[in-house]
Amino acid sequence: MWSEVFSLGFLVSLLAGTIRLATPILMPALGQIYTQRAGILNLGVEGTMLMAAVCGFSVTAATGSLWFGFAVGVLTGALYSVLMAWLSVSLRVNQVIAGIGMNILATGLAAYIYRLIFGIRTLPAKIVPFQSLDFFGLSKIPYVGTVLFNHNILVYIAFALVPITWFILEKTTFGLKIKAVGEHPRAADSKGISVSGIRYAAVIIGGAYAGAGGVFMTIAYLNMFTESVIGGFGYIAVSVVIFARFTPGRAMWGALLFGFASALQVRLQALGSGIPSQLLLMLPYILTVVALIFASKKAEFPSAYTIPYSRMER
Amino acid sequence: MEQLAVKMQQITKIFGGVKANDAVNFSLRRGSIHGLLGENGAGKTTLMNVLYGLYQQEEGTIEINGHEEKISSPIKAISLGIGMVHQHFMLARPLTVVENVMLGKKSRRGILLDTKQTAEELKALSDRYHMGIDPYSKIWQLSVGEQQRVEILSAIYLGAQILILDEPTAVLTPQETEIFFDTLRKMRSDGKSIILITHKLEEIISIVDEVTVLRGGKCVGSKLVDDSVTKDELTRMMVGRDVLFNFPPVTKAPGGVRMKMENLSAVNDKGVTALKNFSLDLREGEIVGLAGVDGNGQKELCEVLTGLRPNSGGRMLLDGEDITAQNPLFYIRHHISHIPEDRHATGLAMNWSLKNNLILKRLDQAPVAKHHLVQGKVVDELWQKAQSEYQIKAISGDDEARNLSGGNQQKVILAREIDSDPRVLIANQPTRGLDVGAAEYVRSKILEARNGGTSCLLISADMEELLQLSDRIAVIYGGELMGILPRGTDPLTIGSLMMGKRLEGAEA
Repeated sequence: MWSEVFSLGFLVSLLAGTIRLATPILMPALGQIYTQRAGILNLGVEGTMLMAAVCGFSVTAATGSLWFGFAVGVLTGALYSVLMAWLSVSLRVNQVIAGIGMNILATGLAAYIYRLIFGIRTLPAKIVPFQSLDFFGLSKIPYVGTVLFNHNILVYIAFALVPITWFILEKTTFGLKIKAVGEHPRAADSKGISVSGIRYAAVIIGGAYAGAGGVFMTIAYLNMFTESVIGGFGYIAVSVVIFARFTPGRAMWGALLFGFASALQVRLQALGSGIPSQLLLMLPYILTVVALIFASKKAEFPSAYTIPYSRMER
Repeated sequence: MEQLAVKMQQITKIFGGVKANDAVNFSLRRGSIHGLLGENGAGKTTLMNVLYGLYQQEEGTIEINGHEEKISSPIKAISLGIGMVHQHFMLARPLTVVENVMLGKKSRRGILLDTKQTAEELKALSDRYHMGIDPYSKIWQLSVGEQQRVEILSAIYLGAQILILDEPTAVLTPQETEIFFDTLRKMRSDGKSIILITHKLEEIISIVDEVTVLRGGKCVGSKLVDDSVTKDELTRMMVGRDVLFNFPPVTKAPGGVRMKMENLSAVNDKGVTALKNFSLDLREGEIVGLAGVDGNGQKELCEVLTGLRPNSGGRMLLDGEDITAQNPLFYIRHHISHIPEDRHATGLAMNWSLKNNLILKRLDQAPVAKHHLVQGKVVDELWQKAQSEYQIKAISGDDEARNLSGGNQQKVILAREIDSDPRVLIANQPTRGLDVGAAEYVRSKILEARNGGTSCLLISADMEELLQLSDRIAVIYGGELMGILPRGTDPLTIGSLMMGKRLEGAEA
């Protein structure tokens, strides 16, 4: 078996899988950079992704339109995260508890929606997912083509969002305001910036990105919905943001790292290696813990991280 | 009649049922410097936050340049030409100067930032006022004095004609204060109107044209400041009674060396050396004042002395015994007391009862504890004794510490630290944020401890306090000892050492 592991074919499929599986981590991670930079820790990403996954999938199944399903997924993410924004910004509840509550709610709600629409069935409902693009035959280039140019459109969108997110954060007034409310909300307030407005926006944008990542799983990576379809990617995305010290570029590398661990796990399982599959399944999560131990020491958290703001409290 | 820049009438602002401002009147003449004087909690900052749109008043009207205005937000205030420099700087530390300034204005490039253009304009303005600010510096890289200049620069850049300054000199050395006052005078001659919130009487006498005094949320009165105005008169208006500067007399001359610091070095939280080869002796029955601008290694020194931070070099001796690098409990057991800089963060457990805070440092010691059980009766007695002796105004010892005023919180700390018969007392900013009466009380208690033979290290940003209490004054700058000066030294000499000038003949 080990001879196969070190073959070129295995490596190529592993790298291609890395990029594909980095996508559903990268999208929510980029979104959470907005959210966390604004001072909100949204642990509800996992549930947000699950809601988007089921809603986007259902719409695609009903209409046959992948793009319509994708749009509904993004919209679902944004709408579901309004709940988080309301809890954390308006009601100023503990963000960790709010986030976990969001996830528990989503677990039940997503399963309910799925049963409501598709009923109880022996075989899961399936759709035809996004297919790989072929840029003018670039995918035919040996090895490199398979690794880089044999993906569906959503993968490319995710990676295109990296420079876009960086640009918005570093070069626009909106990005500056996000950093200011996360760093020194009172200063932002005294400069006439609506702290709650910016925080709502940051949470909702984060939700939209998470929605894109969630719906990717059901209409681009797989072709069906299961209750465990997100499988911890939301949590990994949150930790990628910390790992990346809140910058989009590093978040991309973080997502690729976890994509690699996930892809490796899938490939090794497919090879039928002697390692028990349960152990392999743990690989990305063990990596999360290890990476966080090393990276989070270096991370400079926004000063107002997880702290609700009230103008009246001095 | 000359026009008023600001006219606030019958302003009332209520926080949770308490009137922070009660029908206050305030008028600012154009092109003048107006002092707003009062003790902590008198409502000065609240009144100015109303003017700046951070709070909305429940009652009362505000006129700006003769027009009645409803100032619903800081944006509105800025558009009316009002700028405010807060006591706690409103600057985001990881961002640059220019980024902080851009937060307060509309970009000329729509949704994109106009960083380059703004930076150039800021540079020009900074040069005109001789402020020496680089727009691309990150805030955390700047000294406190520079950060304040950034705030003022920013307010002027945003078009402020009326500038509110909240306790601006609290963080400055005497020299910096003089330069700062020159800037204010220049701005006044440019026709700007300035409100100076302060509780320092010297400032009122030396720079202000007119003063309004607040007490307990009410306006006590306004008057023009000329040569006839005396400090005593202002104190009476501010406190409502005569303050007796009545200290216990010095009954005992300092004795032999009790605590010896030899070449102490330490790094700060960022891993940068914050304390360098610091050597100082504390003698029995002596107060050594430590002067220095905030953030020059005072905090690190205190933490090393009390075991809260490891030292990276040097050693400490207590009565000849090496006590370097022990854990905090060791120092507590050796009667080294510590009044920390921040009573909320390190001084008290805010959600704990006063009784628990009182016994915090001897939880496992007799008579407080027997067989690892806390003796409620003993604690009650200790509390009652402390409460009457230190005049702590609290309903009961079971009150949470957070419910007390700053002065009474500090008294609880004093009771804990001084009553434990300290051999050495490390007092870091013991009167910061206290009103005049409470501050005098804290000072007299420290003097009492000194007369009882305690060696005291008094760290303070308040020059007057240092001059009043210290037998000797040591000056720290950049973590190094600049020199030790005798009692009665001219404040300007101390100030020049605080700016990094080494006293001639002082050991490195």
